[in-house]
Amino acid sequence: MPSIGLHHYLALSAVVFCIGIYGMLTRRNAIGVLMSVELMFNAANIALVAFGRFVTPQLVTGQVVAAFTIAVAAAEATVALAIVLLIYQHHRGIDVDRINIMKW
Amino acid sequence: MIQTAWLIPIFPLVAMAAIVLFTHRHRALSAGISIAAVSLSFLWGWSVAVSVWGDPTVHRMSFDWLNLGESMYIPIGIQIDGLTGMMLVVVTTVALMVQIYSLGYMRDDPRYSRYYAYLSLFTMAMLTLVLADNFFLMFVSWELVGLASYLLIGFWFEKQSAADAGKKAFITTRLGDLGFILGLLLLYTGCGTLTFQGVFSAVDSHVLSGGLLTIAGLCLFAGAVGKSAQVPLHVWLPDAMEGPTPVSALIHAATMVVAGVYLVARSMSIFLAADRAAMVVAWIGIITSVMAASIGLVQNDIKRVLAYSTVSQLGYMIMALGLGGFTAGTFHLMTHAFFKALLFLGAGSVIHAVHTNDIREMGGLHAKMKTTSITFLIAALAIAGVFPLSGFWSKDEIVAATLGHPIFTVLTLAVAFMTAFYMFRLYFLTFTGKPRDQHKFDHAHESPKTMTVPLQILAVLSVVSGWIGLPWLEHGFSSVVFHEHPHHPEFHVVWAFIAALVGLSGIGLAYMMYYKGSIDPERVRARATGLYTTLLNKYYFDEAYSVLFVRPYYTMCRGWFWFDQHAIDGAVNGLGRVSVAWSVFNRWFDETFVDGAVNGVGWLTRGFGAIVRHLQTGRVQNYAFIVFAALVVLWLLQ
Amino acid sequence: MMSGLLSWMIFLPLIGAGVIMALPKDNHRGIRAVATVAAFLPLVLAILLLAGYDPSTAAFQFQENAAWIPALNVNYHLGVDGLSVPMLALTALLCFLACLISYNITNRVKEYFAFYLLLEAGMLGVFAALDFFLFYVFWEVMLVPMYFLIGIWGGPRREYAAIKFFLYTLFGSIFMLVAILALYFTSTPHTLSITDQIARAPGMTHGFQMFAFVFFFIAFAIKIPTLPFHTWLPDAHVEAPTAVSVLLAGVLLKMGTYGLLRISLPMFPMATKYFAWPMAALGVAGIVYGAFVCMAQKDLKKLVAYSSVSHMGYCLLGIAAYGSVAALTGCMFQMVSHGLITGALFILVGVIYDRAHTREIDAYGGMWVKVPVYSGIMVLFVLGSLGLPGLSGFVSEFMVFLGAFPYFKITVAVGVVGVLLTAAYFLRMIQKMFLGTVAGQTEHLSDINAREMIAVAPLAVMMIVLGVYPALLADYIKATIVNLVKVIGA
Repeated sequence: MPSIGLHHYLALSAVVFCIGIYGMLTRRNAIGVLMSVELMFNAANIALVAFGRFVTPQLVTGQVVAAFTIAVAAAEATVALAIVLLIYQHHRGIDVDRINIMKW
Repeated sequence: MIQTAWLIPIFPLVAMAAIVLFTHRHRALSAGISIAAVSLSFLWGWSVAVSVWGDPTVHRMSFDWLNLGESMYIPIGIQIDGLTGMMLVVVTTVALMVQIYSLGYMRDDPRYSRYYAYLSLFTMAMLTLVLADNFFLMFVSWELVGLASYLLIGFWFEKQSAADAGKKAFITTRLGDLGFILGLLLLYTGCGTLTFQGVFSAVDSHVLSGGLLTIAGLCLFAGAVGKSAQVPLHVWLPDAMEGPTPVSALIHAATMVVAGVYLVARSMSIFLAADRAAMVVAWIGIITSVMAASIGLVQNDIKRVLAYSTVSQLGYMIMALGLGGFTAGTFHLMTHAFFKALLFLGAGSVIHAVHTNDIREMGGLHAKMKTTSITFLIAALAIAGVFPLSGFWSKDEIVAATLGHPIFTVLTLAVAFMTAFYMFRLYFLTFTGKPRDQHKFDHAHESPKTMTVPLQILAVLSVVSGWIGLPWLEHGFSSVVFHEHPHHPEFHVVWAFIAALVGLSGIGLAYMMYYKGSIDPERVRARATGLYTTLLNKYYFDEAYSVLFVRPYYTMCRGWFWFDQHAIDGAVNGLGRVSVAWSVFNRWFDETFVDGAVNGVGWLTRGFGAIVRHLQTGRVQNYAFIVFAALVVLWLLQ
Repeated sequence: MMSGLLSWMIFLPLIGAGVIMALPKDNHRGIRAVATVAAFLPLVLAILLLAGYDPSTAAFQFQENAAWIPALNVNYHLGVDGLSVPMLALTALLCFLACLISYNITNRVKEYFAFYLLLEAGMLGVFAALDFFLFYVFWEVMLVPMYFLIGIWGGPRREYAAIKFFLYTLFGSIFMLVAILALYFTSTPHTLSITDQIARAPGMTHGFQMFAFVFFFIAFAIKIPTLPFHTWLPDAHVEAPTAVSVLLAGVLLKMGTYGLLRISLPMFPMATKYFAWPMAALGVAGIVYGAFVCMAQKDLKKLVAYSSVSHMGYCLLGIAAYGSVAALTGCMFQMVSHGLITGALFILVGVIYDRAHTREIDAYGGMWVKVPVYSGIMVLFVLGSLGLPGLSGFVSEFMVFLGAFPYFKITVAVGVVGVLLTAAYFLRMIQKMFLGTVAGQTEHLSDINAREMIAVAPLAVMMIVLGVYPALLADYIKATIVNLVKVIGA
């Protein structure tokens, strides 16, 4: 059985990223969009950790950056959820198709 | 005395200043100051005159008034000779008499102080005029007497006619004064000086001669024509009778109006050198004399008769001077001053008593006013030239001066006849016969002493002042007043006799018409209606001047004002309007093209933005799609 | 004290204006007091100037010279000679008297007096400046406060009058500016000093003199004003408040003739000779024409205004006779005399306007009965204006006639007629307003009060004194004029 290598991880990362993009562009629910964004973050994390393990095994750079990203994503999620809450209060709903206050 | 002669006009000047500034509220005090001042002038004037009696030297003193180098050097000062001495006597005497007389005549007038201030102003100016040693100072005082005359004619200015008369007098005499000013300019340009001494020596030495001298002489004479009421500027003097009667006596009979005669006499050198100018002077004089005497024949206003008589007598003097009769003219000036002042003051006394000027409402007043009547009679005899009163002597000299010019002689005698006639017409109608207005007659009364005493004094002078010219005195009047060297015209017994006879016949005719009634004036009038109307309307001079000059002048002034407002100001405003129109056009151009270009740029930007903004859907997912799509495209392109 | 006297004279009113700006605007008493003091002090200095001036020489005295803009060779150069001393004294006197007359201004008092003092500073500056730049600055400084004084405190048509005045004079100023620049750029080294420009006058070409003379003349002719340029004057005078009319007639008009004497005559002698007869003709035309138009006036103030056109004609006639000391002295004398007389006439017109609120001649009658003191004074000044001997107007007219006669015989003879015409329209006015029985608005009049009396009495005294003994003033002018005639003749 061939051992699991870098390519496998990258393939996984790409699949997860594509799912994230698809979700972000198609979901109508703002929460869903957020979750899709989180998926894309995680796809990036997988890729980072994988590169860190296989390309520069003597360093832990990839892992460190992944840890950063997780922290930043948490903060981002907080802010985003607060915005979503406010939008909900204003618009009585979180359907992103109906939220176009940035239109010209 | 002669060294302090400059004080003579100063006294009345001080009096005027004192009245105007301090005592104008105190009637008696103002009159007192004025009379005291003129009394001092009277004493000074007489003593100066006596001390230069027969003295051929000319006393002069002057100081530099204005010195701007040769372009204008005007010293002013006084000059005293026989002529000045005579004038001083006349002016101060009549002025004093009139001021005393006015105490009574003007007693009830509310502007009593002002009246005396004006009289003092006049006396000051008139005395300066006769004392001046140059044409400039003479002109200055000439204008000031004109001012005093204006103020006094219009003294009762509430009356429209009085105000009109004052204005007319001032403007008419000023018309003559234009000539005087031009004369001054010509003399200064020609001689470089305006002192009598300088000008006359320049004339004598032919520095100034020929046509220029003639023009200068005529210009000076124009001033005299205005001031001495000669044709054609005589129209103001009869109207000037609107003033108080003592004023008429002082200013418009005895003193101011003879200033013109004095000017011509003073400038004798000029007129002797410019004989054509002298002939003009003589003709103007005799025309005036005849014309005024003829008007005097028919007037019914006591003062107007006297006014025309004055004009006529002034014409006499002017004519005599123009014919070279220097002594005759000045001699008649003096005697006339006394008897004409007396006539006016007598007329004033009558007016004071009956409150009318119209002789048709008088008559029989001799019974009520003996002093006035007798003094008036003396003056009338004097002016008619009856022996041995003053007028006889001076009129004889005038007739003598015309010898050699037959037309003048005849006309002079005609005037003498008319003068005697109208004076006695006046006398008979006023003082004799039956009262024609019983009411006025009943209220008539003799005037107070302040008025009758001056009448008596003047009556004495009217009798004796001619005796200076008695033929058996060495040189007669010419030993007092002479031009360079005394020249005494021969006493012509024959002509004296003829002149006296003419005068007596005039008196006789008046006696028959207005005393005895043997000739009916109405029938004479009916025979010559046209002539009578013409004379009554004074040859229509006023009407003609009104049509020819006054009204066209007003019209012309309005025309020029219209021109100013519409043409000149119209041009200015038109320029303004053109500027405004140009600005409006500029604004349109600016808004359409310049601003249009700027706005066009903005409009383009907006239009483009309107298209492009459709990309901004506001949907986050669209933006994200675009980002990814762009990434993919970039990746593919790479 | 004597050093910097001219600067003090010019800047004291400015300081006064500054103090007034600092005062609260409701403190009318304080503002008036400051303005009066600020207008009085230059008068004191003017008297010191008269006392300290040496009339025997034509040289400039009380000179102050400091570099101002060295790069352009502009200097702060002040100095006086016989032309400026009388004008400075007249300006200071009229400004003080007109200040007293301004007490009846109740609207925006603070701004009024501030503008008033600024105007005074400008006027004094023009007469003292010896540098073209400074001259031009002061010339324009006068214009602005004058515009506001007419435009804010004037009569019903004040805006029209103010704009007309402003544009008219500005129009002239532009020509002057062009001429000044031409003088500057043609001189080597470039200089704006009036004295230096006069010194180089003989080197100017004939064509240049003609050009510069005409350009300056347009500016000055508008100010005088001479015949075709005079229509701003009646409007401005009639609409302006009394005190401003006084200064307009008393001082501003003189700047034109002053400019001709100070600049045009000595700087462009050839052109002066060339244009002498046209100037004389313009002057005489002004005399006669102004008198004609006066006769048709119904508004008293307009009559006095047009009489100024007539009287300034004498000045121009005097200037035209450039070779005669008498004529030029007469011109100066007329400037002073007209300032005194017309200033007083405007004050007196204002006196009745304050009481009866009309200036229509026909609205009055018989004033001599109702208000005798006022009438006496008015008649006195009218007599002065119509050239009665013994008063200053006659002396100046006679000087001008006597001086100009040898040069322009017929023209002067026509001008002499003006003497008669003047008498005609003034006597008509006197008759309608003062003689006859009490009528119309005369009922509501009260006689002249003490403050107004104080304002006109000095003018009356000066008018009589100068008329009786003109040498008092002529001596100040004479040496300078003699020198001027020499400069032109050279």
